[in-house]
Amino acid sequence: MTHTKISMAQALNQALRDAMTADESVVMFGEDVGALGGVFRITDGLTAEFGEKRCFDTPLAEAGIVGMAVGMAMNGMRPVVEMQFDAFGYPAFEQVVSHVAKMRNRTRGRVQLPMVIRIPYGGGIGGVEHHSDSSESYFAHTPGLTVVTPATVADAYGLLRKAIEFPDPVVFMEPKKLYWAKEEVDLTESQPGIGTAVVRREGADATLIAYGPAVPVAMEAAEVAAAEGRQLTVVDLRSVVPFDDETVCAAVRRTGRAVVVAEASGFASVSSEIVARVTEKCFHSLAAPVRRVTAFDIPFPPPKLERYQLPSVDRILDAVDDLQWEDS
Amino acid sequence: MTTVEERLLPSAEPVCLIDQNGVPHDHPSYRLPTKEALLDGYTQLIRGRRFNDQASALVRQGRLAVYPSSFGQEACQLAATMVLRDGDWLFPTYRDSVSIMSRGVDPIETLTLLRGDWHSGYDPYEHKVAPQATPLATQLPHAVGVAHAARLKGEDTVVMALVGDGGTSEGDFHEALNFAAVFQAPVVFFIQNNEYAISVPLARQSAAPSLAHKGIGYGVPGERADGNDLAGLLAVLGQAVEKARAGEGPQLIEAHTYRVQAHTNADDASRYRQDDEVAPWLDRDPIARLTTYLEQQGWLDDDVRAAAEAGAVEVAAQLRDGLMPEPEVDPADLFAYLYAGQTQQLREQAAFLRDELAREEA
Repeated sequence: MTHTKISMAQALNQALRDAMTADESVVMFGEDVGALGGVFRITDGLTAEFGEKRCFDTPLAEAGIVGMAVGMAMNGMRPVVEMQFDAFGYPAFEQVVSHVAKMRNRTRGRVQLPMVIRIPYGGGIGGVEHHSDSSESYFAHTPGLTVVTPATVADAYGLLRKAIEFPDPVVFMEPKKLYWAKEEVDLTESQPGIGTAVVRREGADATLIAYGPAVPVAMEAAEVAAAEGRQLTVVDLRSVVPFDDETVCAAVRRTGRAVVVAEASGFASVSSEIVARVTEKCFHSLAAPVRRVTAFDIPFPPPKLERYQLPSVDRILDAVDDLQWEDS
Repeated sequence: MTTVEERLLPSAEPVCLIDQNGVPHDHPSYRLPTKEALLDGYTQLIRGRRFNDQASALVRQGRLAVYPSSFGQEACQLAATMVLRDGDWLFPTYRDSVSIMSRGVDPIETLTLLRGDWHSGYDPYEHKVAPQATPLATQLPHAVGVAHAARLKGEDTVVMALVGDGGTSEGDFHEALNFAAVFQAPVVFFIQNNEYAISVPLARQSAAPSLAHKGIGYGVPGERADGNDLAGLLAVLGQAVEKARAGEGPQLIEAHTYRVQAHTNADDASRYRQDDEVAPWLDRDPIARLTTYLEQQGWLDDDVRAAAEAGAVEVAAQLRDGLMPEPEVDPADLFAYLYAGQTQQLREQAAFLRDELAREEA
């Protein structure tokens, strides 16, 4: 298979198409996912190709969408649902935390829910209020959910295929500012599974731990740091839950210093969990406290102000500079 | 020629085929169930009432953590399952133990949630009964999903989705009705309006003319029935199930009944209602009126009575015997069922608890 240059949006679309071709029980539904192909065109052409029964629009009600997916999963289907935007997924919160996450445990494994909740998330696209939230911490905090987020085009394809094949419900967080990022990829290439973090760049001096939309920023920061003489490792989590302690801690132990980069607000977040875990497990390998580059603890700003909220290369480099390189 | 409104709005009065004095009444749209169905219903009512009484007694003895009484609502709960086929699904609330048991679920497994040894005790696929849960109305979108999936697969399954009067205020009730109507999913939404959501009376729940009127806004036909008349309920629910099965889409049925006892043993109904409000409902008891009718027909012979009593004695004994021993719970179960493949973190936490318990024993 040759490499082709496609966007993350196209890769996600191809993953859905291939999953629906491979397994008749896979159905896709949500708001505007039919004729329109989704507001981000992730479901483009699926209704035309597979028909109204396989990819369809629903009434505009997210609890109904997720609740219906629960029932369809109970009855032999593999539903994939789209929450149109991060903050539009909140009406479904009760269904997600009280039933999607708990059904398997409630029934001692008798009722499994092989379903995927796709959520475009994060800022960086000039969206109005309620279009740029990073909602992963709510889901990561809920036992019973699996939470993944791709940062590369290849992973967008590979992780979505794996999420759809997964026996349990997966919250699939799509960094919407990366939708249009193109890469040369071979989609037939096997990608690591859910629960596995990947080292995107090796460097001996410090580790950047990032996921989703923060990964390309971390990669760029590592590039700049290298030019300035500091070699950084970049770990892409890919899977927030289950969390790959082994890969993360191995990188931190090799480098002795770490910065967590995330687009979400820092307080009580995935990033604070990572700092706690790394500190608990790698304390003797650390030459400095683990630093974080996160959003401020404020609601996501309006478009003209969002650049102050997003992690930047400069903020990452400043945090790296602060890792107590010399006793002072 | 019927108008859309006539098709969607409920009858002017709740359908009643056998009144509280045991007197039968003709109805233009519904026929009395057969003798066999009514005798079967009688037997199940006697058993269901005894199940209630025994479960309440076992709460007082500390063998159940809690029991939301279905006393007085047995006709609703039994009719809901009597009209179903084996392949149909039931989506119960936490108050519908009698309904669950009548689907064939083991009485002890029916009470697992209320006993407190696990969140749900039965295999939902064995008798096509969804697990109970305490959030209100959240089971209704699930019911729509099961029904829609069945339709996509070409199966003629009907889903009976139970909800209370309080539950009709929840958003999920409205979303479920709307989704079911848009997708023409074969769901019968069955509201047991027992006048109370814990302490809050119906008047504070809804200003609608009736809860069955809520269907018209979604294009779902509504109907209402006397919730203490098993005959009327069997006729109304039976017709709704057959319509749903025939592809006519979802149906909404409201049963007018009454929660004769407190919400649960932890509730004190004297704080919000007077005994003189309850008294008339005792006269409308579902068992008394059916008994009177069957006696007047000459159908209630000693054999039927003896068989009904034997069923009641048996279920009471099952509860006593099954719930008396302390339930065996295994702390390892806390981690066993969350994911198909256990995570490293849960393996570590399970090991932590194992070690802690081992140290306690040592």
